[in-house]
Amino acid sequence: MHSYHTLVVLVENKPGVLARVAGLFARRGFNIHSLAVAPTEDERISRITIVADTESAPVEQIVKQLDKLINVVRIDELAPRDSVEQELLMASVQASVGERSKVLELCQIFSAKVLDTGTQEMMVRLAGSPAKLDDFEQLLRPLGISAIQRTGRVALPRLDHGSSGASLRSVS
Amino acid sequence: MGINGGQALIRALEREGVEVLFGLPGGAILPVYDPLIDSPIRHVLVRHEQGAGHMAEGFAHATGRVGVAMVTSGPAATNIVTPLCDAYMDSVPMVCITGQVPSTAIGTDAFQECDTVGITRSVTKHNELVTRAEDIPMAIRQAFYIATTGRPGPVLVDIPKDIVDPANPRSAMDWYWPTDAEVEASLPGYKPSTQGDPVRIREAAELINRSVKPVIYAGGGILKARAAEALRALAELCDLPVVTTLMARGAFPDDHPLCLGMPGMHGNYTAITAMQEADLLIALGSRFDDRVTGRLDGFAPSAKIIHVDIDPAELGKVRRPDVAIVGDCRSVIEDLLSALQALGGSAAQPDRSAWKQQLSGWREKFPLTYENLEAGEGHVKPQFVLERLRSLTPSDTIVASGVGQHQMWTSQYWKFNHPYTWVNSGGLGTMGFSIPAAIGAKVGRPDRMVWAIDGDGCFQMTAQELVTASAERIPIKVAILNNAYLGMVRQWQEMFYDERYSEVYLSPDLPDYVKWAEAMGCAAMRVESTDEVDAAIEKANGINDRPVVIEFRTDAREKVFPMVPAGKGNSEVMVDPSQQAELARIRALGL
Repeated sequence: MHSYHTLVVLVENKPGVLARVAGLFARRGFNIHSLAVAPTEDERISRITIVADTESAPVEQIVKQLDKLINVVRIDELAPRDSVEQELLMASVQASVGERSKVLELCQIFSAKVLDTGTQEMMVRLAGSPAKLDDFEQLLRPLGISAIQRTGRVALPRLDHGSSGASLRSVS
Repeated sequence: MGINGGQALIRALEREGVEVLFGLPGGAILPVYDPLIDSPIRHVLVRHEQGAGHMAEGFAHATGRVGVAMVTSGPAATNIVTPLCDAYMDSVPMVCITGQVPSTAIGTDAFQECDTVGITRSVTKHNELVTRAEDIPMAIRQAFYIATTGRPGPVLVDIPKDIVDPANPRSAMDWYWPTDAEVEASLPGYKPSTQGDPVRIREAAELINRSVKPVIYAGGGILKARAAEALRALAELCDLPVVTTLMARGAFPDDHPLCLGMPGMHGNYTAITAMQEADLLIALGSRFDDRVTGRLDGFAPSAKIIHVDIDPAELGKVRRPDVAIVGDCRSVIEDLLSALQALGGSAAQPDRSAWKQQLSGWREKFPLTYENLEAGEGHVKPQFVLERLRSLTPSDTIVASGVGQHQMWTSQYWKFNHPYTWVNSGGLGTMGFSIPAAIGAKVGRPDRMVWAIDGDGCFQMTAQELVTASAERIPIKVAILNNAYLGMVRQWQEMFYDERYSEVYLSPDLPDYVKWAEAMGCAAMRVESTDEVDAAIEKANGINDRPVVIEFRTDAREKVFPMVPAGKGNSEVMVDPSQQAELARIRALGL
C-alpha cells in the first residue's frame, strides 16, 4: 500500500522551474504520483500541486530538498482530511447505438457529462474527488475504455467552518 | 549610461570584487573577452575548461572568496560540468559564466549549442539563462549572493551571444547596479537562516554537560563558516575531543592535544573508534557521509546526536539528530559557548577521565604506521615522502591532492595546523583535481608555498594545466607518487577481488614524467630511492620562477590503512598489518 502526501508548492513563474522541481524528484529518487501546474491569482507565482509517494522518501526530506530550490517560494503540506482535492477524468468508451444507455446510466449516477457521441463510442467527463474518479473508472472498464486521461489532483486547504484548528501546515 | 551587455558583464564582475578569472574563450563568449582587455581583472588562460573550474575551486578553498570561471558554450560548458559537480558536493562558492549561442538560435541544434542550464541544473546550487542585456547586472549580483550565502555552492550564468555582442542591437542597455535590497527582493524563495534557535542551543549545552564520552565531529562547514577559532574555543572550554573529517582537515590543529585526527574509511583507529564508542556526537557542519559512517546501522550506536548545519535538509537526512540546529556554524558555536558558560562552563563538565584514558590508550596502541625502510632499500614508501614533505615545508604550506591512495596518505600524514591549507575533492572524488586546484590556490595565495600531491593516474588527467602554470608564472610544486597503478583500485582488487588485477596497471615510465614536465616548462626531478627524497624536496622548495615536478617512484604494494571495508561497520576497521594481532587480542577480550 503506497502512502501519499499532497504538497502545494508556490514557485516563481519563470521558464524551467517545473523542470527544476521534476528534476529534483528524479535526482533524489523521490516518486511523483501526480502533478498539476497552473498560474495563481498573482501572475508572478505558479502553484504546483504534487502528490508525492512518501514510501520512496520521508516527506520531511522531500520538502526540505524542494525548499532548497531558489525559485520555490513556499511549500504547504496538505493532509487529506484538511484539504479538498479534485481531479478531472475524460474517457472514450465503447458504446454502439444499442448500448449507449449503459454509459448514460453511469453518467447519471456519477453526475458525469457526455462530451461527444460517435457511431461506436461516447466520450464522457467527470470531475470530483480522486476516489470518486477511481470508482467511475472501475465501472466504465467492463464497457471497454478506448482512451482515458486523468489530470492529476489539485487541492486547496479546507475552509474554516468555525470548528477545529488550522487546516494547513506551512512547512517552509 | 549606454553600454553593451559584454561591457556590463565585465563591469559587474569588477563591482563584485573579482580579481581573477579562470577561463578559455570561444565563439559564443567572444564579445565578453573583448572588454576584458580593458579591465583590471586578471585572466588565467587554461588549457582545458575542466582546469578553469578546478582552479576556481582551489582559489575559493584557499581564500574563502568566490572562484570565478568563464568559458564558451557547448563543449566548453560540458567540460566544466565535473568541476561544477565537485563544487556542489563540497559546498565551494563558485560562479561560472558560460557563453551560449544567440537567443534566436537556441533550440535549433546550432554549432556549439548545448542545453547548459538543463545539463547543469542538478550540479549547481542555482543556474540561470539570461535573456536580456539589461538583466546581466542583476543576474551576476544574484549569482554571487547565492554562491556565498547559506550553504555555499556553484552558480552558473548562461549568456547568449546576441545580448553581449555590440554588433547586435539587443546588447544595448543602460548600466545600473542593483542594491542589496533589490537583490534580496528579487529572490523571494531564498532566505537562508544563519542564527541558531536559542532553545535548541541550550538543549545542546545541557547534553554536552551530561555527556561522559563526547566527540566533536567537525566537518567542512567549520571552514566555510570561518569557525575554526570558535571551534577551538568550544573544544577547550569543555575539554571536548575533536575529529576532523576529510573536508575539515586544518579546521582544528592536528598538534592540539584534543585532536583525534580524521575519522572514516581511512581515518585513524582512535578517531573512528571514539565516534563508535561516544555517548554524544557534536556534529558541526558535517553531513554523516557514507565514507565517515561506514555501514549506517552500526554507526555510533550509543551516541546521542547534536547536529548543526546551515542546510536544513542535512538535518535528519542520514541520522536522526536528538538536537537539530539550523544555522551558520560560527554563529551557533559562539551562541553555544555563551550557553555553556551560563551553565557553569568548564566547571560544569562531568568527570571524563575514563574516556580520556581510553582515547590515549587507543592512540598509543594504534598510531598511524607503515613499514619503514633503510636508505636505498626497495622503492620509496609514499608515507615517508609525505612525512618528509611535511617536515621540509613551511607550517602554513597549502597542499592540494588528487583522489585515491595518495589523497588518503596526504590527509593522514600531513599534519594540518592551519585552516585553509588543505584543498581536495572530498564528495565527488574527482581524479585530476590537484594540479588545477593547486594553481587556483597559488593564484589566490601567492604568498604561500603550494604543493600538489598527485598520483600517476590523476596526473595524466589534468597535467596539461602545468602549461598554464608555466605560461602564467604560477610556481606550484607537484609531487607525483608514481606507483605505476591506479593504486586505490589496485588495493580493492588485492583485498576484495582475490588479487585479480583488472585494468589497473599504468606503467612506471610510460609516460616519462620528467620529460613531460620539462616539455611543459617545469623543472623536473625523479626520485628512486629513500636517500634522495630530502635533497629533491629542498631543491624544489628553492625553485620559485616556474612550476616544479618531482616524480617519486613509490612502492606499488603499499596499501592505505586503517581501512573500513565498504559495506562494513566502523567497528570492523582493519588496522596496519603490524597492529592486527594486538587489535584481535583486544577484540577477543571485548575491550
